[in-house]
Amino acid sequence: MSQSKTMAILKDNLWTNNPIFIQILGICSTLAVTNNLRNTAIMTIGVALTTAFSSMTLSAMKELIPRKVRMIVQVLVISFYVIIIDILLRAYLPDVSKQLGPYVGLIITNCIIMGRAEAFAPANPPLLSFWDGLTSGFGYMAVLMAIAFVRELLGFGTLFGLRVMPEGFVPWTIMIMAPSAFFLVALVMWWAKNMQAKGQAKPAAPSAAQPAKA
Amino acid sequence: MIPLINPITLFFASIVTSNILLTNFLGMCSFISISKDWKSSFGLGMAVTFVLTITTAVSWLVLKYLLVPLQLEYLSFIVFIIVIAAVVQILEMVIDRASPALYLSLGIFLPLITVNCAILGAILFMQIRNYGFLQSVSFGAGSGLGWWLAILLLAAIRERTEKSPVPAGLKGPGITIITIGFMAMAFIGFSGMIAVQ
Repeated sequence: MSQSKTMAILKDNLWTNNPIFIQILGICSTLAVTNNLRNTAIMTIGVALTTAFSSMTLSAMKELIPRKVRMIVQVLVISFYVIIIDILLRAYLPDVSKQLGPYVGLIITNCIIMGRAEAFAPANPPLLSFWDGLTSGFGYMAVLMAIAFVRELLGFGTLFGLRVMPEGFVPWTIMIMAPSAFFLVALVMWWAKNMQAKGQAKPAAPSAAQPAKA
Repeated sequence: MIPLINPITLFFASIVTSNILLTNFLGMCSFISISKDWKSSFGLGMAVTFVLTITTAVSWLVLKYLLVPLQLEYLSFIVFIIVIAAVVQILEMVIDRASPALYLSLGIFLPLITVNCAILGAILFMQIRNYGFLQSVSFGAGSGLGWWLAILLLAAIRERTEKSPVPAGLKGPGITIITIGFMAMAFIGFSGMIAVQ
């Protein structure tokens, strides 16, 4: 596995092709938990691990899967890993597991996992697929953690449950509720698209520096 | 252990006050990509309602008479996914035989539904909240109708936003998500009326 390829995948999944603000995948299940940093962290780690392991598994067994039943096999592999995560959470973090409720199970239908399993895993070796899944998960995590940071800070005045805002701070109730998540995602999208548009306008500087390093 | 809530109340509550899409964020992926077009939105919404009603009923029966007696609840995710896939597959065949016209309008959406988070989400909510059979069915049907309502509203709004001067970086999904945010705020207005859970 060449190093430049792994770096290219990393950059692609974290920025150029970020699952949230470019591909608009997997918003479904995790927006609901982004009013709390700890839950978001645990949830997105779960998503990243599931994506990585299921991409690896599906890539390793790609020759064994008949085309017609491909989708159901993918879903079964993914649910296998999600069940493991669910059991682990129940055993070691029972209160988080309770708060996340159905959203742990909903990792199964997270479009990112299916998307990677469909787009990347069938054409690439297992280890590279694992890396691709993991970095996609990180791209997803970065955006959601940023959103959770704002929502928890303004909605509760805390970070990871620790009080950071001064005494007189009045929490913004809207930040705890659903609409704020939509607005924040849209803001991140807007910012990222503008940045990318700027990057395309003057591509000379960053791309000239990169080959020299590699 | 079954919550004391009238199935009819639950039906309306799951359409408006706790809309599965606008308060629980379920089914967003296909929601954003399909809502460009009013007609497809209508079709997909109907298909989701249909599948949701049937799958909640079937998975309630499976959970109660198969998984719980055999103590296999830890397998519930896999079993529910299989139930959904099977129901979708059977529906596809039945609709194809019974009404080719309906198949043409709904058929293309059916495979998409297997991975629609709204379906699995509703089933998992049903399991966690311990609904009885009638409650489950009305919750399924209500959630489906709520989803249908939301996607129709959004599709109608999007026809206007497509033509509006939107900042370049917000075009397409960005402005759609902001629109959904405003819709969610509007639906919060209903929230004092009935409490689910």
